[in-house]
Amino acid sequence: MTSYVSATDVDRREMLAAIGVGSIEELFADIPPALRLGRPLALDPGRSEQEVFDELRALAARNVSTEDEISFLGGGMYDHYIPALIDSIISRSEFLTPYTPYQPEISQGGLQAMFEYQTAISELTGLPVSNASVYEGPSAVGAAGYMAKAAGGGRARFVVSRGVHPHSRETLRTLAHAWGMEVAEAPLRDGVTHLPELDADVSAVIVQQPNFLGAVEDVAALAGAARDAGALTICACDPLPLALLKPPGECGVDVAVGEGQTLGNRLDYGGPSFGFFAATEALMRRLPGRIAGETRDVDGKRGFVLTLQTREQHIRREKATSNICTSQALNALAGVIYLSWLGRHGIVELAELMLQRTAYARDRLASIHGVQLLHEQPVVREFAIKLDVSVEHVVARCREQGVNPGYPLRADYPELADGLLVAITERRSRAEIDRLADVLEAAVAKQLEAYEEVKA
Amino acid sequence: MSWFLAAADDELTIYERSKPGRRAFVAPPLDVPERPLDALLPASVRRSEPARLPEVSEPEIVRHYNRLSKRNFDLDTGFYPLGSCTMKHNPKLHERVAALPGHCKLHPLQQPSHAQGALELMWRLQEALAEVAGLPHVSLQPSAGSHGELAGVLLTRALHEDHGEQRTKVLTPENAHGTNPATVTMAGYELVKVAIDAQGNVDLDDLRAKATAEVACLMLTNPSTLGLFEHGIEEIERIVHGVGATLYYDGANLNAIMGISRPGDMGFDIVHFNLHKSFTQPHGGGGPGAGPIAVSERIAPYLPHPQVVRLEPAENGAEPYFDLDFDRPKSIGRLRGFQGNYGVFVRSYAYIRSLGAAGLREASEVAVLNANYLLARLKREGVMEYLPEAYERLCMHEFVLSGAPMKRELEIRTLDLAKRLLDFGVHPPTVYFPLIVDEALLVEPTETETKETLDRFAEIVAEILREARDNPEVARSAPHTTPVRRLDEAAAARHLVLRQPL
Amino acid sequence: MAEASYPDDLLYHPEHDWARVDGDHAVFGITWYAQDALGEVVFFDPPSVGTQLKKDESYTEVESVKAVSDVFAPLSGDIVEVNEALSEKPEMINEDPYGEGWLVRVKLADAAETASLMDSVAYEASLS
Repeated sequence: MTSYVSATDVDRREMLAAIGVGSIEELFADIPPALRLGRPLALDPGRSEQEVFDELRALAARNVSTEDEISFLGGGMYDHYIPALIDSIISRSEFLTPYTPYQPEISQGGLQAMFEYQTAISELTGLPVSNASVYEGPSAVGAAGYMAKAAGGGRARFVVSRGVHPHSRETLRTLAHAWGMEVAEAPLRDGVTHLPELDADVSAVIVQQPNFLGAVEDVAALAGAARDAGALTICACDPLPLALLKPPGECGVDVAVGEGQTLGNRLDYGGPSFGFFAATEALMRRLPGRIAGETRDVDGKRGFVLTLQTREQHIRREKATSNICTSQALNALAGVIYLSWLGRHGIVELAELMLQRTAYARDRLASIHGVQLLHEQPVVREFAIKLDVSVEHVVARCREQGVNPGYPLRADYPELADGLLVAITERRSRAEIDRLADVLEAAVAKQLEAYEEVKA
Repeated sequence: MSWFLAAADDELTIYERSKPGRRAFVAPPLDVPERPLDALLPASVRRSEPARLPEVSEPEIVRHYNRLSKRNFDLDTGFYPLGSCTMKHNPKLHERVAALPGHCKLHPLQQPSHAQGALELMWRLQEALAEVAGLPHVSLQPSAGSHGELAGVLLTRALHEDHGEQRTKVLTPENAHGTNPATVTMAGYELVKVAIDAQGNVDLDDLRAKATAEVACLMLTNPSTLGLFEHGIEEIERIVHGVGATLYYDGANLNAIMGISRPGDMGFDIVHFNLHKSFTQPHGGGGPGAGPIAVSERIAPYLPHPQVVRLEPAENGAEPYFDLDFDRPKSIGRLRGFQGNYGVFVRSYAYIRSLGAAGLREASEVAVLNANYLLARLKREGVMEYLPEAYERLCMHEFVLSGAPMKRELEIRTLDLAKRLLDFGVHPPTVYFPLIVDEALLVEPTETETKETLDRFAEIVAEILREARDNPEVARSAPHTTPVRRLDEAAAARHLVLRQPL
Repeated sequence: MAEASYPDDLLYHPEHDWARVDGDHAVFGITWYAQDALGEVVFFDPPSVGTQLKKDESYTEVESVKAVSDVFAPLSGDIVEVNEALSEKPEMINEDPYGEGWLVRVKLADAAETASLMDSVAYEASLS
């Protein structure tokens, strides 16, 4: 018996008899012989649980995780401490194994959790309406673009800041091409967005807060310029800095989206996580994805249901606000548990801790010979430096010392080929930051020495 | 449901349990010199009021979400024959391997040289999925089935544009899952619907009439959303390829044919998989999932980047190297951040390694056996008089019944039957889909259910019908034993309360 | 409205819309059959005053919880008034489809178009 099936030989005989056929083979009579595979799949035979476990563990051992090095990698996903209660709650069968709540009477747990999550996102972003999650950050930006297109009365251009995550900009381009829409890029100056003149053909302006280089943007000013041109403002935001920063809703932003991994979710090499999506009341009926709403049952008890379903694909089909069906319910649940665990004051304390340590790290690194800040804008939990020497070589040297100093910017920002993005979370203690500074200093010095030798 | 919850009134929200001063989080101490806030963040960019998140202690959070969980029905607890969703058992090994730090604490921007385990896993998963699909090139990037559909239609667009063609339409059958037409519009095409004939197959005459040179693609699932294998699949392939369009396979029903037939061999150019269906990623209450795609040689150049590739070792005896390949000039680009839902890949890979070739085939065989047996069992209970099969033919892994006679004769609708099933501790099948069947009930037992469970389900349905003959009001006012009873969805839509007022 | 009714002072369109003609103006709405098929109406967003309607073409939508229905213009004309009250109480479309549940009032473009519409007897017959 394999494949988690329970059908014994006796069961099978009885079932086939009840159906009225002689063999399972006969049940596949509709498949013409020409379309039968006719041979086993070219896959290894199945293995015992312990063998599979050993293989997966061996594969894990060949990955250098945040447990194996002191990591300063950021760029949209962050190494945070995930409290134990999250795993204990989301591993419960009742949250892990059900499907989308199509029968609300027996899905009140999931639906109420969605409602609580939507409330938390609304609070963080300062916008009145949130959905129950989308896949992740960059595709949320794409979905926001689709919303702007539908609302935009034929306007054919997006203006996106170069400070928006490279993956988000790319995702938007991939989709915009299919919509026959143009994506124009607003450059960065001194690390923040420099918006060009906007004309009446701009459907939406898309910015990120803080931007990819960690800089805090003047979102209110950017949103004001968009509004003056009759365009929507979409702000991709990092949720933890929103504990300290003025929320997008108070800056005149129409749609706030973002990557939710930082809220109680694993790194998992990039997924699964969740994307959040919040908007003004005016855009409520254009929101993509599932939304939970409060109501009463026949006995007057409060309950929750999926609502505004006429936006969605299972009803609206080709006129739906999105094609999304499966969202990220379990990851969003981890998110709302995390936000409840942090709490009203805890999230501020966490963000202030990161703010102070980031400032400390930035000062220490900037004082290293051969290292400068890429920009001097206010930052919260991430900043960019540039090196006078090869970033790749310096990173390699740091790694030999068990420190991963950050993400080289060259691949995404060729104009910042000597740049490195450094992220600080509550996991990076002062001691670890000091170690980064020491290791980086030594690596840069060694590299400068190597250049001198070559020149000599 | 749990007795200790039955007496409870409304379940409070986490905000209603909040009390100023309560906390769970303790911040690590500040170990760097403290600088004034104004020096780090000007007041003009700072929040004036904290976000009104709850103030609760850990015991409260744990109790709150535990109590909420007990208001959910779930697959580990009971039968869940939700058609089109493939609610098969989620093996517990998968959670153990997914939690290995080498997998779950790996940063997505880690250099490939230091993520060889992950990249090799992804490459091997790609190879396995390619073999199941019968198409050589796989992208793991899409995050869900509908994301895979979007990828597939965008790849089609790229193919046609590369050949200098401007096609404007995409065909889907009228019984298609809603994500198909929604995807068509999102990908910038116009939808054209193809009729289904009386046998439940795509109407070939209608397809021939609509398959013009303006058509970019036909999106199909096989078996169809009716659980039936397309009799005309070979002719469909000829017609669609004959006008230069691509043939797209929605993998939602792959559970019927793994190791038995392959969409690539049927002539499909692009296939998406739902890893949260056939490959046991837990549904999570509505995600996460993953929707990888497999494509033919001619579509491969357009695949999203990065692609996971294997580089042959330079010398004998050296290990192959796995990498993220961005050098793909014709790629459609990205559809999301990073590499995709790796945590889902770990689980699905473990599943494939556990089952192997024979196990996957067995899974499909028993899925089809269980569905046909359940149908036979329902017939024996006399259920067909009120809930006949929509199409009298061999079903595959799922089947559709119509509640139209039940509505006429017993005056209870498919909705009422579904609600009454809740009182018997069973999740109802999918209701009112596909749209082309009146009062539809789509039943998919999957291979991981015992014969006894199927027998019991048939008995329950028969009992509900008998009850309705005497007293239809019981089903019409069902459910009776759940934490809440029928909810006013109209009121929810008219008076929208989408968050807690604070 | 619990029971089917098709007032005989109205004209009916095969897509289940009615027209109450008054000189060179008319009021439009959806019939009892249409609101019954839809179920409880939860949302109606009226089109703007001044919109030009063409006979037989869809000019707006009515939403219930699980369905969206196109509404077709029985006659051509320009909208001069919309029923704003439906934004607050869309359920009037169910409760009083021919009275409080009216949708729009138009200035007719071509009064002769009324000849193509059915009377209540013909419409009711067409439903069986």
